[in-house]
Amino acid sequence: MSDLSNRIQETIDAEPVVAFIKGTHEQCMCGNSERALQALRSVGTSFTAVDVLPDPAIRQELSAVSSWPTIPQVFVRGQLIGGADIIEELAQNGELERTLEEKLGPDYRGAAPERVVTVT
Amino acid sequence: MSERLQTLLEDAFPGARDVEVVDRTGGGDHFHVTVVSARFAGLSLLDQHRLVYDALAEPLADGTIHELRITTRGDA
Repeated sequence: MSDLSNRIQETIDAEPVVAFIKGTHEQCMCGNSERALQALRSVGTSFTAVDVLPDPAIRQELSAVSSWPTIPQVFVRGQLIGGADIIEELAQNGELERTLEEKLGPDYRGAAPERVVTVT
Repeated sequence: MSERLQTLLEDAFPGARDVEVVDRTGGGDHFHVTVVSARFAGLSLLDQHRLVYDALAEPLADGTIHELRITTRGDA
């Protein structure tokens, strides 16, 4: 695996909730990424954002790691949960909250502020 | 372009109760596809969407599809 691929995998493994998006949590550059972040916020969870825009290789390597072709991608405890459509649907039907409670514990809400990390 | 996606999806999900392709912006690159198929029964949303991505691998790879929204339902 490349260094970049390793750093992506390390980030996925290390962060409780990580969202690979176009832009940052404060300045989101894509409607689908924004939808995913809003869905995460709607269930009260914090997250770590990774901006894929600085280097096209991030997106390529991420898709190779996850076998998921599009951005955004949301992982909880190292497991891909979905893109914008799935995260939105799971937030609406209550499954996202259940997944977060199951994987992070009942106190997952407001555990930490939203933040950004880089993988390059 | 919508017709191409429609054909790819109908070929990938024969007998689907519904296959719908909406060109969200009219520009031929932002699409919302809906597939209702018995093939989704028992699959997670993740795996359901993967099947749709597989069906549309070519237009996704060649850049035809700039943005894709997916709605899937089992044919219950």
